[in-house]
Amino acid sequence: MTQATSGAMPLWEVFIRPRNGLSHKHAGSLHAADEVMALQAARDVYTRRGEGNSIWVVRSADIVASDPVQAGENFEPTADKVYRHPTFYEIPEDVGHM
Amino acid sequence: MAVFEAVLELADDHLVLGHRISEWCGHAPMLEEDLAMPNMALDLIGSARTLYAHAGALEGQGRGEDELAYLRGEREYRNCLLVERPNEDFAHTMLRSLYFAAFMRPYWLAVLAQSSDEVLRGVAGKAEKEMAYHIRHAGEWVVRLGDGTEESGARMRAAVEALHLYTEELFESSDAAAAAEAAGLLPERAQMRAPWQAMIAEIFEQALLAVPQGGPVLRGGRQGLHGEGLGHMLAEMQVLHRAHPGARW
Repeated sequence: MTQATSGAMPLWEVFIRPRNGLSHKHAGSLHAADEVMALQAARDVYTRRGEGNSIWVVRSADIVASDPVQAGENFEPTADKVYRHPTFYEIPEDVGHM
Repeated sequence: MAVFEAVLELADDHLVLGHRISEWCGHAPMLEEDLAMPNMALDLIGSARTLYAHAGALEGQGRGEDELAYLRGEREYRNCLLVERPNEDFAHTMLRSLYFAAFMRPYWLAVLAQSSDEVLRGVAGKAEKEMAYHIRHAGEWVVRLGDGTEESGARMRAAVEALHLYTEELFESSDAAAAAEAAGLLPERAQMRAPWQAMIAEIFEQALLAVPQGGPVLRGGRQGLHGEGLGHMLAEMQVLHRAHPGARW
């Protein structure tokens, strides 16, 4: 990527939904002049092997991210709350796969 | 024989434009387009392969896609002149794709609706969607370059001036094509003029480009009379097959 391209064109994050019923997953990022071109570029860059049937793009600048410095206070308090995982009861065999 | 030649014209259009677009691979101005252009080249080459195989079967002389693509000289190629025009800059490349796809989309839709040939209807079913995307991709670029900076607008206008005179040939049926059209295998090329003009007018309006009226027309590809560039292109495209006939990997 040349300096000129990255300067003139904002960065976009691409989310692809592999099939109906699943959720969009982050696939990567790309440069494009606007939202229409970003969708087209996402189609050309990230769905070449039949990866999906729906695309979202969002400007990277519009994403609000958690601060890595706060990772400790954000995420560590959950480490000792194993009872939040639904692993404390038996699933009757009749239910099959959940 | 006429039907063979008519299908060959169609196949040559697709292979030549596909190869031209593939010349951008590794040279595009940005990574996103470096992937987009081979995608579009492969759409066209994919259609060309099926069309060559079908043409070879119609001819019945044992020629397959490789023989037709790699062992014919420049004068035997029957593509229209538009598709062989050199890439020049991005404006030329996008406009050339737009002109071609805006013709082929209604053409394939008409094949799908009317053709008595099952193979051609099969190609049409796949290719009409591909052409719809090529129109969108190239059209969005034409709009942005035309209504962009002073530099991009000037390049877009230069591309229109350089390429528009090759578009008339799209709507002209050679004798072979006319025979295939009369037989109900292919739609009449002239019928694509109205949808083509409507599509180009809509995009040019957004791109702040004027559609040239009148002016000179260049033709000759359907008779094998090509510009200088096609010979160079074929030399590069065919050299491997001619040096190593039947090579596979």
